[in-house]
Amino acid sequence: MADTIPLSYYLAISVVLFTMGALGVLIRRNPLIVFMSVELMLNSANLAFVAFARSFNALTGQIFVFFVMTVAAAEVAVGLALIVIIFRNKHSIDVDLMNNLKG
Amino acid sequence: MASSGLFSLVPLIILLPVLGLLINLIFGGRMSEKAIGTVASSASGLAFVVSAVLGYSLWAGSGTAVVVPFADWIHIGDLNVAWNFRVDTLSVLMMLVVSGVGSLIHIYAIGYMHEDVRFKNDPGRYRRFFVFLNLFIAMMMILVSGDSYLMLFVGWEGVGLCSFLLIGFWYEMDTLGRPSWANSNAAKKAMIANRIGDFGFLMAAFSMFWWFKDLSFEGVFTQAAQVASITPSAILFITLFLLIGVAGKSAQLPLYVWLPDAMAGPTPVSALIHAATMVTAGVYLVARSAPLYTLVPQAQNTVALVGGITALFAATIAVGQYDIKKVLAYSTISQLGFMVAAVGMGAFVAGMFHLVTHAFFKALLFLSAGSVILGMERGHHHLAHHKSAEEQAGEHDEVFDPGDMRNMGGLRKQMPVTFWVYLIGALALAGIVPLAGFWSKDEILADAYLKFPAVFWMLLVAAFFTAFYMGRQVWMVFFGQPRHDAAAQAEESKPVITVPLMILATLAVLGGVLNLPGLHGLTNWLGHTIAGVEAGPFNFLVAGLSTLLALIAIGLSWLLYGRHPLAVGQKDPLKKLLGPVFTVFERKYWVDEFYWAVFVNRYVDIARFLANVIDGRFWHDFVHDKVIAGSYNWISHTVLDLRVDRQFIDAIGNGLGALTKRISAGLRRMQNGFVRSYALAVLAGVVIILGYLILK
Repeated sequence: MADTIPLSYYLAISVVLFTMGALGVLIRRNPLIVFMSVELMLNSANLAFVAFARSFNALTGQIFVFFVMTVAAAEVAVGLALIVIIFRNKHSIDVDLMNNLKG
Repeated sequence: MASSGLFSLVPLIILLPVLGLLINLIFGGRMSEKAIGTVASSASGLAFVVSAVLGYSLWAGSGTAVVVPFADWIHIGDLNVAWNFRVDTLSVLMMLVVSGVGSLIHIYAIGYMHEDVRFKNDPGRYRRFFVFLNLFIAMMMILVSGDSYLMLFVGWEGVGLCSFLLIGFWYEMDTLGRPSWANSNAAKKAMIANRIGDFGFLMAAFSMFWWFKDLSFEGVFTQAAQVASITPSAILFITLFLLIGVAGKSAQLPLYVWLPDAMAGPTPVSALIHAATMVTAGVYLVARSAPLYTLVPQAQNTVALVGGITALFAATIAVGQYDIKKVLAYSTISQLGFMVAAVGMGAFVAGMFHLVTHAFFKALLFLSAGSVILGMERGHHHLAHHKSAEEQAGEHDEVFDPGDMRNMGGLRKQMPVTFWVYLIGALALAGIVPLAGFWSKDEILADAYLKFPAVFWMLLVAAFFTAFYMGRQVWMVFFGQPRHDAAAQAEESKPVITVPLMILATLAVLGGVLNLPGLHGLTNWLGHTIAGVEAGPFNFLVAGLSTLLALIAIGLSWLLYGRHPLAVGQKDPLKKLLGPVFTVFERKYWVDEFYWAVFVNRYVDIARFLANVIDGRFWHDFVHDKVIAGSYNWISHTVLDLRVDRQFIDAIGNGLGALTKRISAGLRRMQNGFVRSYALAVLAGVVIILGYLILK
């Protein structure tokens, strides 16, 4: 049963998820949704890790996923804190308004 | 010839006046007027003493010329000109006249300039006058004592300079003290007329160098006969060019025009420079060059004719003048004509004799005229004081000419001393027995009678005019009634002025003793220096004729001016008698106007042409502005500024800037500040790198 679903399927899903995440990051203006899209990309990577770990019978990929999830949690915490600060300063969280780095 | 004993003193005749002028120049600012005058007068007086010592040494010795070497001057190739002094009877005679008459005039000037600087409101110029006067004595001494034509020329130019400085002494006013350039123009006129004469002198000097290779008197004279036999025209050339120099310096036709104007100088200057000494330098030059002139009779005739014509010409002008000094100036030109005619005819002794006596009586006349002018000034001054007290300012201040004889009259009562000495001078000039002028003039006339009848008649007529204009002057100035209040108020001068006059008057009376017929002191004296002079017999016919003419002329002048003295505003009685001829005399034959029209205006035209066309339009406008400045501007503007700097160097810099700007504008567009575009860039970068790694 374990061999019934080929690795490429997982990878295809992973690619689709990553693409959706990337597009979400690039297109959406709501930072919450951007964060969600980032999570989507991270999880598509996690899916690829897990799929490869399973396929090659190596635990390294599985362990890496934990690290990724830990970092993602930390990142969300920092990101949400940033959003709160931005909202306090600008009374909005529209990412298009945050263009102070413009040259 | 070796110099020995007292002859080695000769440099002192120059060094003493130079010392005097240096003392006055350096310390004069802190010295009183008396001290300044004393220093200057004693410098001149000591020079006279030295000259007298030299004369005594010559008289005691053999009388032959002594050459005293003083300094080396010019060594060029074979030409060797040293500054040597020549002490011979001729030069010592001149030294004695210059320093003797000069000293008396120095003393006179102490008193004269004291008042003159005050009438003209500038007492600071007192010292300057004596510095110039001492400089003149020094220069005149160089002239007469030099042993070569070149040294003579140094003095010749030096006295010309002093003449210029002293004519223009009151350079910012005219003779009446009004602000004007008249006096300085007179000085320039003298300078320029003398330059023309100097051209002649220089040409003669160059010719001497060319033919003789020597400029010393000895060298020229010893070779003269030999050169004359090879190229006879050479000597003629030299002597005629010398004559131009003589005409300039001694105010002969046609260059005499500067001397009447030279009366702009203070009166002691007119007496010393423009009557007694400097203007006689030409006569001295001809006498000195006697060995040359005797070789060429044509030149002698020319010189004699020039002198004779000048004597007559100037004497007629003097008849028509009203200024007391102008009459004397034309008289001086006339008398110089007598001397030049004499030396031209070869009567060197007669010429020199007249030079000496003329120095006495003409200096006397000028100085007395100065005394008269001062007396008139004093009267006018007195009057002005008087008037300002009595009358209020409402009367316009008419310009008073203290030298105009029409303002004078009756001065013999106010100024008795001046009158008597003037009378003596006038009689001496007129040639009345036994005054000095009689003997010297008659010697000239007697020589002319024998040698050159045409000139004799000219001189005789000139002598007639001389007596007439002197008579006219004496009647007008000293007799009759005062024609101006100033003349009525005129005062006699102080002894410092009158004593030198008395001494000169004595000399004017006794000067004839120098060369009395029968004694011939001067002939014997000069015979040591000038070869072939012999004393002619006294010509009673000529002497009687000239005395008779002089007496007739004086009588005529009495008829016209003495019997019925000129009234105020009355025209000259001679004008009624002679009509237009008198106007010709009065206007001086329009020679000045003629020179202006023919020479001066043409010269001004040329100068204008050179200034406006050559210098202005061609040199300045075209060469400088167009060619030099224009091409410079073209190079700097068009080539360097526009093409090189702006279109090349600036273009590099600006191009670099523009390029940077364009690049940065492109780059700036990427920095839009949106995080997601950065994220897209990161993504794209990762995709590209990965794609590259995978597809490699």
